[in-house]
Amino acid sequence: MSSFTPASALLGGAMIGGAAALLWLMLGRIAGISGILGGVAQAPPADRGWRLAFLAGLVGAPMAYAATVGRPAITMAAGPALLVLAGLLVGIGTRLGSGCTSGHGVCGIARLSPRSLAATGVFMATAAATVFVTRHVIGG
Amino acid sequence: MPRLLAALAAGALFGLGLVVSGMVNPAKVLGFLDIAGDWDPSLAFVMGGAIPVAALGFRLGARRTRPVCAAAFSPPARSLIDARLITGAVLFGLGWGLAGICPGPALAMLGLFEINAVAFVLAMIGGMLIVQRFEGPGVAAASVMGR
Repeated sequence: MSSFTPASALLGGAMIGGAAALLWLMLGRIAGISGILGGVAQAPPADRGWRLAFLAGLVGAPMAYAATVGRPAITMAAGPALLVLAGLLVGIGTRLGSGCTSGHGVCGIARLSPRSLAATGVFMATAAATVFVTRHVIGG
Repeated sequence: MPRLLAALAAGALFGLGLVVSGMVNPAKVLGFLDIAGDWDPSLAFVMGGAIPVAALGFRLGARRTRPVCAAAFSPPARSLIDARLITGAVLFGLGWGLAGICPGPALAMLGLFEINAVAFVLAMIGGMLIVQRFEGPGVAAASVMGR
């Protein structure tokens, strides 16, 4: 429990929610990262510019943060092979399921979408079950 | 141009939120998902901070006929809870649980020059392209309209 950081989690969360509110009010788009990224290849050319601008901010802001405030702690739990497998599953799953933690978990729940509530419940439960198996059944 | 600037600002705010909240740290994400272990409930507070603020944005949007920089609001096209949604959520949850990384933090980590995240991001984009290759935008649109 020593790693519990409720204040910074709430503040960071409010910023994420603020970003979702901003994108909806200004562009009328859902701030779902998998949808925005997946749409770069799939959307018509006129629909690509804002996606690339959003992604530039998403990558650029952490870069600026690391350069000014300092690099946040990052501890990778998975090795290269597991990262590739996990990335593949996340890519396929988020496109099939039309969303990830941001699109379903934040925007969808904020919109009280039954579809997003269902998706969030399923991916949270599956992720927790996966961690349980890898840490306490196999790795225990 | 205001459209692109607004999108850039939203992306930047999102990315900062991921850093400040600790979501960019896979070990912390796994600590939240590890309910049976040394559980770190921080991520519930990220959701708790994000959802009310986003909900306020959607509430304000409901009073407008259109967004500030676009002709119309673009809500998600699909509305059914179907096998496709559940299958996708299961696969995503599996990948998220294996590495502790979801799409936003994966991209934010690139900005932090986390070299190990590159393999994850490339595989993730590959997975997205596999799904999109199989259906294409036309098929996806048709299947929605067919309902």
